[in-house]
Amino acid sequence: MGEVSIERVGLSFKSRKGDDVIALNNLSLQIPDKQFAVIVGPSGCGKSSLLDIIAGLKEPTGGQCKLDDQVISGPGAERGMVFQNYSLFPWLTVLQNVEFGLSLKNVGQRERIERARFYVNAVGLGGFENSYPKQLSGGMKQRVAIARSLANDPKILLMDEPFGALDSQTRTVMQELLLGVWEKNQKTVLFVTHDIDEALFLGEKVYVMSARPGRIIDTLSVDFPHPRNYDMLTSPPCLELKRRIHHNLHTEVHKAMAAAAA
Amino acid sequence: MGTAQIALLKVLTPRREISRGLGLSAGALIAGFIFLFWCVITYGALVDTTFCPPPHRVLLALWKVLADGSLFKHAWSSLVVINLGFFLSSLIAIPLGIMMGSFRIVAAALEPVVNFIRYLPVTSMIPLLILWIGIGLEEKVAVIFIGTFFQQIVMFADVSAQVPDELFSAGYTLGASRRQVVMKVLLPATLPGVMDVLRVTMGWAWTYLVVAELVASNSGLGYMSMQAMRGLHADLIFVAILVIGFLGMVTDQIFRWIKAVWLPWAGQR
Repeated sequence: MGEVSIERVGLSFKSRKGDDVIALNNLSLQIPDKQFAVIVGPSGCGKSSLLDIIAGLKEPTGGQCKLDDQVISGPGAERGMVFQNYSLFPWLTVLQNVEFGLSLKNVGQRERIERARFYVNAVGLGGFENSYPKQLSGGMKQRVAIARSLANDPKILLMDEPFGALDSQTRTVMQELLLGVWEKNQKTVLFVTHDIDEALFLGEKVYVMSARPGRIIDTLSVDFPHPRNYDMLTSPPCLELKRRIHHNLHTEVHKAMAAAAA
Repeated sequence: MGTAQIALLKVLTPRREISRGLGLSAGALIAGFIFLFWCVITYGALVDTTFCPPPHRVLLALWKVLADGSLFKHAWSSLVVINLGFFLSSLIAIPLGIMMGSFRIVAAALEPVVNFIRYLPVTSMIPLLILWIGIGLEEKVAVIFIGTFFQQIVMFADVSAQVPDELFSAGYTLGASRRQVVMKVLLPATLPGVMDVLRVTMGWAWTYLVVAELVASNSGLGYMSMQAMRGLHADLIFVAILVIGFLGMVTDQIFRWIKAVWLPWAGQR
């Protein structure tokens, strides 16, 4: 199982000037097991903070998050996370990076290597097992990061703009790869992005988040069958969804800019 | 534009790579020029050779101290002192500095004292150290220890503070406990930075060593220099300076080599 419920979560902090900043306000969301959920929102809306809260890396100042009815109180291996960049351990090889979580759980060496190899191959990096991260391109590094999270067999995979730093061609390839992996594994995925195309191509459900303080202002079902093809993005129903998200976000960005100027 | 002109423009372009041969020749040219200058002023009798001996006299002096074993004795004494002082300092500064950079409580506790002592020249403490522990090995080791320790600890703290947050987060979300994050993420992540700091501070330790030996000592390369000064043997002072420079260069290469062999993964992320 991997069902996430976000219950009236709030996050506020003091800015450097000493003002109270409300990043998240009373946010509630239910993500059913095995869903590929995408949160799309303007930068600075608190979507990464929400992910950090679910990961247990940040504590909410109000409300709570649950995974399968268990209140989240700290980080744990059942909630894997893929970051935007710089998250591979540079002193470990590709295979050792992927083995990292398993070695913490004292999984025997043979099984560890076997499982790590399986996921290295699953992300198409067979042959690079013994390379160090500095020898890999940005896209390859993110594949290792995905394999590293999957090898740990988490109940949910949290992804914080994992392809944000990649060039657009590589990003497309990575999205297809991620969908392929998800179709085989069927894990709950919560993916955060500001890229509308990415949100629609990947998500079964797309949640649109407002500017700060972040709330969910729209929920869309993207009812396209899997395996998906990039052509779906130019189909009329998809364009209609895109228009709807775009309209919502555009209003939000204007609000955010007005708030920043005030 | 002629080819020579184009070649010149290429060399004068910021950050443009040059061929290995050109690089080596440029280095040799400057070194050769300094050597030539030395020859001209000494053999041309432009300076008093009592105070600035010509190259061949320095070589002869070098041969003499090599032959009678005194160079080896003094160099050995210096090496023992510097390695002992540097090792003790690093042994304590590495763990303490790493903790200072990553645990706010350790930083808050140590920073006031460390920042005060850091700006005290260690030379100002030498008289006190001589009063307390004399002019033997212990005193010189203490000078090097105090001189390097308070610089090292701040630099190690910096290395530790610069480990990206994402590495910690990645560790936690893969199931690592706090202890495992420290041992399996923080410590390995600091290794390349620690090696760099060791290399840089070793250079400073040589300065403190020579200062300690010049002020009060009965052995070592600094002491050898001081004795030579009293006997007006400028050639021997040159020998001491060249040997110190040579040993420093070798140490630096050893650190580079260790880093390249032991930490092949270090470099850009």
